[in-house]
Amino acid sequence: MTPDLLIVGAGPAGLSAAVEATARGLSVLLLDENPAPGGRIWQALEARGPSDRDDDRALALIRDARTCGADLRFRAVVWAIEPDGSVFWTQDGTAAVAHPRRILLATGTTERPMPIPGWTLPGVMTVGAAQIALKTGGLVPHGGTWIAGQGPLLLLYAVQALKAGGDIAGIIDLSDPDRRASAATHLPGALRAAPDLAKGLLWRRRIAKGGVPWLRATTLRADGEDRLQRIVFTTQGHTRTETADTLLLHDGVIPSVQLSRAIGCRHAWSKAQRCWHPELDAWGASSVPHVSIAGDGAGIAGAWAATCGGRLAALGIAHDLGRIDAATRDAAARPWRARLGRHRALRPFLDALYAPRPMQPDDATIVCRCEEVTAGEIRRAVEFGCLGPNQLKAYTRCGMGPCQGRTCAPIAAEVIAAARHMPPHHIEPLQPRFPTKPLRLEELATLQET
Amino acid sequence: MLVRAEPGSLTLTFDGRPIPAREGDSVASALLAAGVQVTRHTPRGGVARGPYCMMGACFECLAEVDGVPNVQTCMTPVRDGMVVASQDGARTLGGAAGGDGERDGAAAGP
Repeated sequence: MTPDLLIVGAGPAGLSAAVEATARGLSVLLLDENPAPGGRIWQALEARGPSDRDDDRALALIRDARTCGADLRFRAVVWAIEPDGSVFWTQDGTAAVAHPRRILLATGTTERPMPIPGWTLPGVMTVGAAQIALKTGGLVPHGGTWIAGQGPLLLLYAVQALKAGGDIAGIIDLSDPDRRASAATHLPGALRAAPDLAKGLLWRRRIAKGGVPWLRATTLRADGEDRLQRIVFTTQGHTRTETADTLLLHDGVIPSVQLSRAIGCRHAWSKAQRCWHPELDAWGASSVPHVSIAGDGAGIAGAWAATCGGRLAALGIAHDLGRIDAATRDAAARPWRARLGRHRALRPFLDALYAPRPMQPDDATIVCRCEEVTAGEIRRAVEFGCLGPNQLKAYTRCGMGPCQGRTCAPIAAEVIAAARHMPPHHIEPLQPRFPTKPLRLEELATLQET
Repeated sequence: MLVRAEPGSLTLTFDGRPIPAREGDSVASALLAAGVQVTRHTPRGGVARGPYCMMGACFECLAEVDGVPNVQTCMTPVRDGMVVASQDGARTLGGAAGGDGERDGAAAGP
């Protein structure tokens, strides 16, 4: 199989790139590990049907992607990309390989981990997880469900859950109130994205109208025997305990860099978002030849910005492969760049308002959920000379479980950085290795050229 | 708890207990909707764990599905009659508990 372009991820960026690339005459193979297109934000949207104008636009894009001539494959899990550009994946238990001329990674985000004490207890989940359960299965919060953290997704989920008939015991706001002043300085720029800003204010009003208690807190702990039974938090100087059976955590999202790291793309540190993102040119091309990156995986900017990034990457690749000349590419790119600018306008305000919480769990709190490694064990490893997350594997097995550091790598880096009195981006980040998703030997044995 | 009014017309079993499910559910979704928060006990500490990210990233929701160990239940669509079992400790090649064959069920990365 030798498509012109192989896209990983059928979210806003991947779908947009597929539509644009096929329109420019490229053959496209699109792989996604979910059962249907849409990524996280538009997950199961075809099955749910639209509920607002944004959904209508999303469904139109999904329809275009389904009919544009691209080869769309779902439940296809990519586990390796070799230096020669060969891409390996598994679908329904069978392994396959393709040799595309260009690769576009559109793998989106993961939620920034929020390693509070007790975060491994069953019943503690992420806000994104609950949102997926709502979108795919119609599950709504009820009874002892608390939400804690900060960020737009937290507000959006609360609104969606209330609208779907759910009830929320309370929202624990862990944002730093001191950030409001510095966020305010970004307001003039944010006004370019006035509709998005208005949406956020509307969400806050709806939550208040829904009668959900909103509590500002400075600390939070999950507690219970074998499952979450209560939460303990500090609010206005007092410690408060509430019964809880579900706690949903959220502290923003960070680019999912598992694949871009594994293939060796250069990454840059975002001080504002306190995370790594791949270094890209104006067309989304990475430092690795023939590999481009678009969407939130390129840097957090949201779904509509991702659609623009997908278009631009596809245009860049079409030009690279000689399908369009530079003038055609640049002219086609102009409206997407303008939109991208508008969609990104809110970011500095949000980044300032919801500055990531410090990730310095106490010694007893687990950092690596898979291998059950605590922050104290990591700090002890640093005392013994451990320099970063890659050496930490040998000391503690941190990052060596089935998730391969997806959750713990940013925490481990922060813990090590603080213990070494260094800024986090001076710590060499965890180097993921292929296979980036667990692969059964019986699946590998089915591998053949297709 | 995460709940829903319409449980759905499909049925899977979890440790022998019937669990209603809807077309389009992941196994993890159906379990959560039925009040099941624990899918496994960890290989190292033997502590309870359950669905956490619901998007295939964290590998906390692993369970045995139709005899196959270490399946990500959040990424597995439900099917009527599916047999799901919790995992207690590490897996062995045969899919049963015990030993330190944690990584035998799924070939690991580095």
